Amino acid sequence: MQPLVLRDKTFTSRLFTGTGKFSSPALMREALLASGSELVTTALKRIDIRHTDDDNILTHLDHEQFSLLPNTSGARTAREAVFAAQLAREALETHWLKLEIHPDPKYLLPDPIETLQAAEELVKLGFVVLPYIHADPVLCKRLEDVGVAAVMPLGSPIGSNGGLQTRDFLRIIIEQSSVPVVVDAGIGAPSHAAAAMEMGAAAVLVNTAIAVSPDPVRMAGAFRQAVEAGRTAYEAQLGQQIQQAVASSPLTAFLEE
Amino acid sequence: MAFRDIFDTYNWQDIRDGIYAKTAADVEEALHKSTRTLEDFKALISPAALPYLEPMAAESSRLTQKRFGRTVQMYIPMYLSNECQNICTYCGFSLHNKIPRTTLTDEQILREVEIIKSYGYDHVLLVTGEATHTVGVDYFAHALELLRPHFSHISMEVQPLDREAYERLMPLGLSAVLVYQETYHRDRYKEHHPKGKKSNFYYRLDTPDRLGKAGVHKIGLGVLLGLDDWRTDTFFTALHLGYLERTYWKTRYSISFPRLRPAEGLAAPVSVMSDRELVQLICAYRLLNEEVELSVSTRESERFRNNIFRIGATTMSAGSRTDPGGYASELEALEQFEVSDERTPQQIAHMITSQGYDVVWKDWDPAFN
Repeated sequence: MQPLVLRDKTFTSRLFTGTGKFSSPALMREALLASGSELVTTALKRIDIRHTDDDNILTHLDHEQFSLLPNTSGARTAREAVFAAQLAREALETHWLKLEIHPDPKYLLPDPIETLQAAEELVKLGFVVLPYIHADPVLCKRLEDVGVAAVMPLGSPIGSNGGLQTRDFLRIIIEQSSVPVVVDAGIGAPSHAAAAMEMGAAAVLVNTAIAVSPDPVRMAGAFRQAVEAGRTAYEAQLGQQIQQAVASSPLTAFLEE
Repeated sequence: MAFRDIFDTYNWQDIRDGIYAKTAADVEEALHKSTRTLEDFKALISPAALPYLEPMAAESSRLTQKRFGRTVQMYIPMYLSNECQNICTYCGFSLHNKIPRTTLTDEQILREVEIIKSYGYDHVLLVTGEATHTVGVDYFAHALELLRPHFSHISMEVQPLDREAYERLMPLGLSAVLVYQETYHRDRYKEHHPKGKKSNFYYRLDTPDRLGKAGVHKIGLGVLLGLDDWRTDTFFTALHLGYLERTYWKTRYSISFPRLRPAEGLAAPVSVMSDRELVQLICAYRLLNEEVELSVSTRESERFRNNIFRIGATTMSAGSRTDPGGYASELEALEQFEVSDERTPQQIAHMITSQGYDVVWKDWDPAFN
């Protein structure tokens, strides 16, 4: 499996994970280790940024193993997100950022307008920006234009385990994108993750399906295998499904007459 | 358009009759759907659903974990004042109760902060009676300025305010406002609130609209369970919630479940809600709405609270005092209601983690205010 290069970092794992919803920080750590993940997103709002040395989540994330990807979950506007990003950069000493602006707290759907504005500003401020967005191919190109490091379109609503409901649009995004495409949100089963990787996604981000599983550690391992299998199949040039129609009597036989 | 325009088209008795006419078949249909309506909610809160408590709890537990994970958020109330110009027949702070009245000074507030912070809290709920002249918007603004450096999330449960007041308080650190309608039964409301600003039913009913327009991040709803038929009252709460979610779609919502409990000079509950019925109600809300936060306070018993978060509650208080200055125990002001679960925050946290759930002390950042 080829490594994934994102800006100045190289990842051997193409499975990104998150810290939310686990039943304990110890179990979170065990599951994240089992996932093989090297990039872990955590919500700024859950972190005690004034006392990061004592924070219950951060103290369980070994910096040798995991790169932190702070996210701005909770922000409703570009202004709030930019402010939160700056706090995160200062407190967590990373300029990597998962940009999340979802003003709708019910389905946590991202605001494309605010996200584009914030991405442009954050790139200028020197952040490595990975924006969480709808599977909107035009928006992805616009974000690419302002200099994001990757795009993170959703497969289905966050936490829904709905799978790749946006498959047709993901296909267009992957085809057109010049930056890595990370399928984020809605991946509920290893088969969904494998499908995204087979399509050519650079990586997937999975949280709920691992954290809420009755056995998060084994589920993390299953996702690891699925991501590796999907990516390997993509690299080995997975055969296209062929929609073959065979006419009952040859349509061109008359040419031979 | 405001909620009152919708509310006025409903008839209490018709809704009540509709709920009590629900059958086992209605309950089963509601249980097996993936998207549920208010008609399904009626079936789930009806007496016909009581035999289905276990399957309702299983589905509620599954949906809650999907959205919130295995976590419980912690908050603690801080009573700033028990001065009150209202008469509420069920409340210890009611005007006619001859009790010592007090409003905390800056020094007293900061002593409370010190103790609350030593418990590990980062989310605080400010509570007062309604005494507009002494505990009005200026007092709240000042209290928020004092408290803001110490807490990531500050919510308020005080008298309903005007939109402009909420807009003034938000930049000072106000993230959430809880305002319970007490009852959606207009005549019953008047009986229980005969005097004071609170006697205006519609001003209170309009409050979530004012909060939504002001852009407050989170609005807490609820009724005082027992003032009238709890099933009909909670139907109207669900109706209110649905309207608010559609209208103020950037706002988060929570629901609380205060059951009438003894307080000095109190009228006895009209209908007493059992533990089974409260579990039924919590499940019904979760089955109707996967995203709404469900909050259970120390009014409830140890046994109930040891189990309810696995079923559907997402938010709990612990170690609560319901008298102003109660944490520092310097004042002898009367409490608003009697706490049932008197365990310390650390005991509650241990109880939660021992059942395989994580305790969340911080889930907000002042950066978002």
